Amino acid sequence: MDSFWSALLEALHLVITLDSDLLEIIGLSMQVTITAVSIACLIGLPIGAAVAAFRFPGRTFLAVLLNAMMGLPPVVVGLLVYLTLSASGPLGPLGLLYTPTAMIIAQTVLVTPIVAALTRQVIEDLNTEYAEQFASMGVRAADRLAALLWDGRYALMTVALAGFGRAIAEVGAVIIVGGNINHVTRVMTTTIALETSKGNLQLALALGFILLVIAFAVNAAVMALRASAVRTAYA
Amino acid sequence: MRDLSPETEGSMSTAPHLAHSPPILTVQDLTFSAQKTVLLNAVSLNIREGSRTLIMGPNGAGKSLLLRLMHGLIKPDAGTITWKGRANASEARRFQSMVFQRPVLLRRSVFANLSFALGVHGLRGKLKADKIRAALHDAGLAHLETRPARVLSGGQQQRLSLVRALATDPEILFLDEPTANLDPASTSAIEQLIMKASARGVTIVLVTHDQGQAKRLGEDLVFLQDGEVAETGPAQTILTAPQSEPVKAWVDGRIYLGSKAGY
Amino acid sequence: MIKTALRALATLLLAGQLHSAASADDQDFIVVQSTTSTQNSGLFDHILPKFQEATGIEVRVVAVGTGQAIRNAVNGDGDVLFVHSKSSEEKFVADGFGVSRSNVMYNDFVIVGPAEDPANLEDADTAADALRKIESAKAPFASRGDDSGTHKAELRLWQAAGVDPTGASGTWYRETGSGMGATLNTGTAMGAYVLTDRATWTAFGNKGGHKIVFQGDPELFNQYGIILVNQEVHPHVKSGHGQRFIDWILSSAGQAAIADFEIDGQQLFFPNATGGAS
Repeated sequence: MDSFWSALLEALHLVITLDSDLLEIIGLSMQVTITAVSIACLIGLPIGAAVAAFRFPGRTFLAVLLNAMMGLPPVVVGLLVYLTLSASGPLGPLGLLYTPTAMIIAQTVLVTPIVAALTRQVIEDLNTEYAEQFASMGVRAADRLAALLWDGRYALMTVALAGFGRAIAEVGAVIIVGGNINHVTRVMTTTIALETSKGNLQLALALGFILLVIAFAVNAAVMALRASAVRTAYA
Repeated sequence: MRDLSPETEGSMSTAPHLAHSPPILTVQDLTFSAQKTVLLNAVSLNIREGSRTLIMGPNGAGKSLLLRLMHGLIKPDAGTITWKGRANASEARRFQSMVFQRPVLLRRSVFANLSFALGVHGLRGKLKADKIRAALHDAGLAHLETRPARVLSGGQQQRLSLVRALATDPEILFLDEPTANLDPASTSAIEQLIMKASARGVTIVLVTHDQGQAKRLGEDLVFLQDGEVAETGPAQTILTAPQSEPVKAWVDGRIYLGSKAGY
Repeated sequence: MIKTALRALATLLLAGQLHSAASADDQDFIVVQSTTSTQNSGLFDHILPKFQEATGIEVRVVAVGTGQAIRNAVNGDGDVLFVHSKSSEEKFVADGFGVSRSNVMYNDFVIVGPAEDPANLEDADTAADALRKIESAKAPFASRGDDSGTHKAELRLWQAAGVDPTGASGTWYRETGSGMGATLNTGTAMGAYVLTDRATWTAFGNKGGHKIVFQGDPELFNQYGIILVNQEVHPHVKSGHGQRFIDWILSSAGQAAIADFEIDGQQLFFPNATGGAS
């Protein structure tokens, strides 16, 4: 327990002194993860909603596939993205390997199925409620999708949060495609992995605390927003 | 529509001026089964343009199902539905509205709920906003404009869904027991809105269990029993002097056990 | 609300774009595929700023095991390879992926173990002897098991000792399949002997009750080599900048920078570039 408390103290010290390397790493973590989750939402929300709201051939297969892909091991995603972005891979000429963009791509691949699968579950209930009314009003497919997503927006925030949680905590994929290069692609999780491998367990744990606090703050903010929406029956 | 005099509550006559009005919607030999149970069997009826037609019958008679089939929400197994003399194409729904027993309102403000419905019909901008404000004003809901729709009382919610159904200027309005869950004051408010719409010429098709409401609103009546039309004709006649056994039982408040019962 | 969200997203994407655009336009960096020992010990933090100051070229280090570093370089995902497994490096050059190989520096491997030294390695005369003592005592030994330079050196030493430990895998011989640091963390936790390079061990922060129990056999010599990735195989390789880095590290300035890197007053790497290219 001693090392636990000293790790907590070290975390406090790092935060209070506004360690510039730490700020850079946190900044990059947030930039990569928020961008990846945003893109994952742009792709995953409509896909999930479409699977929930429309009948089409292969719908069940797609739903099962999305659920299965939620469990994709990050290392596998990292390898796939590495092989794609490697100089010898199909997208090698873009020169994206070992850049934050590569990390965003990997996390997007990782998070999109999560967003889509959870969106399907959220929208399915809402669609059951709205389907007959929308059919009566003659709402077009695209408008139905938009209305379901908009009316489910507060519930869907939890979906985005789940994606955020997965992405911000993920190390296996970003360390492969980012390379954990100092001042270029080093983020919270790869730093924790590096410090652990250097045997600096206290520093690693301290960084872990900071990561936890960030995740907690993001979750608390979204939950507060949702709670206020529930009071107005918008959620 | 035409020389329809303004109706008042309790008006009972089957409007003689409608006797010659053509059917706006015709149902011919409509049959629908689910899980091998026949829910509607060879149902035929006419809905006269501008009329107020009641669909009545005991629970499980197939009233709500018939309403959904007429509105095109469900496809029949057999039979035809004709809209103004033509096979009921999907565009016909553009001229129809429906109010469900439990109002389905979007998780938005009162204004936004109407805005969505009118947007579906292609209205935009100031034209749309003006129309929404006028509709809310007519229904006495203007002060609730910015309120989240789902925090309204049950009666207000149903009034809003009726206002929404009428805002798109339908030619026919289907209502599925719209006042089943409401208190007398809210019921009265809904009935007034229905009568106002009727006075503007909107054809009304109403499923109800409420005999008082049937007497207040009914012109034509279709009585369903076990998925078949038991009796059809002017509402007042049927309700005061029923001819068929099922309707007699229903008016007396008995459960009709069917022709086979007791044997 | 949607507009705000979209605007925020656009800003983020734009920020990401600017970032990568800057990296693409600014060609003044090279990627060096290297090993965890050079990174974890802090050597790069010590020498790279000096190189950048001298040339303006930024060096981006991807630190993985030697085996993975070589595979990444084979794929063309780096301009320079800086690792420690001479035979693999020579094969890399012979296969045409590298231009030529030069000795840069050396340090040595040591065997660390529990302070009480249950297999009595401190009495061993040679590395082979030490490993045989571990085997006969069935004392736990944590192996990298990851095809890294250190792992390859370890397998060479077992072979010299006439012992095939892989048969005992899962019993006293434990393959972690991880990097040096993770293997040391595992080794100290389970009281196992570990073969490690001296630099990583010296800089390692979680030594627990472990200490160096065997060192000094010439067989434990650990040579680092540097190779420019072949532009003829991978045209995008920044040959010019890569060669400048190699030239610098082999120069007296680079060699001096390596020599004066110390932890706790102890020199960790010994430059020996005078041996020239091989």
